[in-house]
Amino acid sequence: MGGSHGRRLKRWLPELSLAIALVILPFGFDTWLGSVDLFTRILIWGIFGLGFDLLFGRTGLLSFGQGAFYGTGGFVTAYLVTSGRMDNVWLALAAGVAAAALFSVFVGLLALRRVGIYFAMITLAFGELSYFLENSPLSQWTGGENGLPGVPAPSIRIGGFDYSFAGSWPSYQLVAGFYFLGFVFARFVVLSPVGSVLTAIQQNPQRTAALGHDVGAYKLTVFVLAAVFAGCGGALLGIFQSYMPPDAFGLDTSGQLVIQTVIGGAGTLIGPAVGAAIWLTLRDLLQQVPAIGDLWKFILGLVFVLLVTFMPNGVVGKIILVWFRFGRRPQAAIGTERPRDVTAREALLAPLLMGIAPNLPARLALDVRDISKAYGGIQAVDGVSLALPEGRLHAIIGPNGAGKSTFLRLLACEETPDSGEILLHGIDVAAADVTAAYQYGLAKSYQINQLFPQLTMRQNLRIGALGRHRGRLRLDIFRPADGFAKVEHIVAALLEELGLTECADLVVSTLPYGEKRRLELGLALASQPSVLLLDEPLAGLSPVEREGVKQLIRNLRKGRTIILVEHDMDAVFELAERITVLHEGRKLAEGTPNEISGDPLVKQAYLGGMTVP
Amino acid sequence: MPTLPQFLSQAFNGIALGSLLALIASGLSIILGTLGVLNFAHGAMFMLGAYTAFVVLGHWDSFAIALALGALVLVLVGFATERGLIRFYYSRPKEDQILVTFGLGIMMVEAVRYVFGSLSQPVPLPSWGQGIVNLGFFIYPLYRVEVIGIVAVLLFTFYLLLYRTRIGLVVRAGIEDPLMVELLGTHVRRVFMVVFTIGAMAAGIAGVIYAPLAAVIPNMGEPFLVQCFVVVVIGGLGSFPGAVVGGIVVGEILSLTTLFDPAYSQAAIYAVMALVLIVRPRGLFGTMGRA
Repeated sequence: MGGSHGRRLKRWLPELSLAIALVILPFGFDTWLGSVDLFTRILIWGIFGLGFDLLFGRTGLLSFGQGAFYGTGGFVTAYLVTSGRMDNVWLALAAGVAAAALFSVFVGLLALRRVGIYFAMITLAFGELSYFLENSPLSQWTGGENGLPGVPAPSIRIGGFDYSFAGSWPSYQLVAGFYFLGFVFARFVVLSPVGSVLTAIQQNPQRTAALGHDVGAYKLTVFVLAAVFAGCGGALLGIFQSYMPPDAFGLDTSGQLVIQTVIGGAGTLIGPAVGAAIWLTLRDLLQQVPAIGDLWKFILGLVFVLLVTFMPNGVVGKIILVWFRFGRRPQAAIGTERPRDVTAREALLAPLLMGIAPNLPARLALDVRDISKAYGGIQAVDGVSLALPEGRLHAIIGPNGAGKSTFLRLLACEETPDSGEILLHGIDVAAADVTAAYQYGLAKSYQINQLFPQLTMRQNLRIGALGRHRGRLRLDIFRPADGFAKVEHIVAALLEELGLTECADLVVSTLPYGEKRRLELGLALASQPSVLLLDEPLAGLSPVEREGVKQLIRNLRKGRTIILVEHDMDAVFELAERITVLHEGRKLAEGTPNEISGDPLVKQAYLGGMTVP
Repeated sequence: MPTLPQFLSQAFNGIALGSLLALIASGLSIILGTLGVLNFAHGAMFMLGAYTAFVVLGHWDSFAIALALGALVLVLVGFATERGLIRFYYSRPKEDQILVTFGLGIMMVEAVRYVFGSLSQPVPLPSWGQGIVNLGFFIYPLYRVEVIGIVAVLLFTFYLLLYRTRIGLVVRAGIEDPLMVELLGTHVRRVFMVVFTIGAMAAGIAGVIYAPLAAVIPNMGEPFLVQCFVVVVIGGLGSFPGAVVGGIVVGEILSLTTLFDPAYSQAAIYAVMALVLIVRPRGLFGTMGRA
């Protein structure tokens, strides 16, 4: 009981600290900086920043166009109440937020088609677009470069009389209330499975997709979420100032948000508000110094460049890093708990060793019919067929460039074959994507490790297990990521089976290659796949580690179909029931290990110099 | 409906603006293609070139000196930026590179604001660029015609540099596959330094040429930076022909839509960009892969 209370306290500690800070800090601003207004302004940037932190800090999507949604939320709200179309400011605020969200769906569908540099450029262009739209074509509604004055404050009815949020202190209460609620909500997102998937996308989007998560849909979700926060911040800005300024749309707004987030610390939620506090306070203080007053923005630019160069985690990130003495990242501190129910080893391993096949009446686990794939003029795979009954361990060998890796990529639906069919438990998946294939119970372990380097072992495996357990997309943001008993069970069992329990809560990038290699296998197993594709699982391992992995592959066979691509011939002939030999994209031979080792064609192919007749 | 002379006059404006955009964007694009760095300070570098012209043309009526000094200033700035900052960022995430060049751009703008003030200041036309010229159907400011000629020569020089020299070959190969170029025994980092310097110089020269067309103001580079992003998205990453064609396309859209409704001229280029993204995400001349 005591432990449970302690855990609950730890979960809510940040919210508790924030609540106390929101009560105490405004008096400090009021006393030493003249007015509480500066703090209100900081919190408006903070609300704007909470969404941006989910987008950039969590998911790694650097948008330079957030001003578009800040402005949209602000101007729609301001227009509705100043034009007299809506009397209720709360409703207008909701409408403004909804408009920002709607606009972000449109922008997101276009901008999210590209990543990285292109994403930054496209979002920036859309930010500018909305600035121009506000400034001239829409100026009869938005006031053009004059903005919209006279935005009223909302009020609430308590015990028979109206309490208006107009004026310095009341508007602080309004903004602080929104910031607190926003923070609570954002932290729910971060701690939920959705938050885990977003972090996974930041670290390795391809593998996240290959582990059954619909990366595009999650990205759009967080993009819209960021716009909701932005729209809310914009609306509050208009209410607080009683005036909606047109530069809310400008590049300067979007840029200042980026700078504040980076200075404060991306990925910390509180970071953007801290960054805003630094930016706005320094601006006010520097402007009072006669000699350098005009240089305040230059100095802040310099500070920003230095911070990006020497302190990439920002101020809050640095504090957290020092607090936790390196190694443990903030989400590790918040997100992981020891498994609650590690019982007898055998009982744990029983479910793991079983693949879960979809309930379909098919005799063959995998039926590949005459698939081909060409890259330009090179026919990488040329009319290969393969029929695998359930439970078979089938190896594919061949000299370098024989088409083994391409064949495996086609089976994993990472690429679409030019022709032919791939039936997985009777379903044609040739045109499906890698995410769908994973959901059908097919998983692949990669030749080159595809991990989430800044997450712990346990969090890595959890991403994989959640993928099969929750489906392509689920927005279960009020559920903790470690709240699926079955998922935690599988993860704990996998850690045990892979011999990784000792280092379960260490960050992957700090671990040696052998451990990473086993984790790579574990990620493929986390979905309890019925068909498992292993691309050179022994690559780079020491002889002792090889024995361990070979034993693991034997253990995994129950209820599971495995295709093994491997250069270690001793391992192949030891493990496989049947072997297919590929040569120059075609099937050269197929048979039992004995038949293959005696085949003269195979010997010739490996010794070189022959072409397929 | 606009008359034919109005239309031709705007079409000429489009070429003049488009050729300048092409020059700035080709600098941005080869830096992006070769180094993989999106230079957010590119607009500020354009602005530095314009202020060099402002200073020089305010003292002497010599466009040649302005052009030479503008190029020199930006060569120095580009070289110092690459050596002092960018080279430490090659192994860091793309987002960090964007952030640091963004911060650098702010510093440049604010330094200029500190020295020259926030106000817009006119730059005199060179004496040989004053007056108008009769182009048959319509009369047109002489300097704008000359701008088209000057930029055409510069772009052709750029083309020769990229497609007819050894360093150009290495740069183009580096856009395709930097690792392979390194493996073939070329010191890619040194090429990076040269490319960044040349790219900055292109922005600076464009700034010198643009200054007499309009006044100078510290944040004048911002719209050009954004328009260059649109050019690069439309033309395709790292593609020199893409930057030139994209530049002219964007310049023409900006100018011709003004004939019908000036309010929508800026919006129109983003609409075209959205269309390109949907129909051909890699851009008109782009290759797949990278970014």
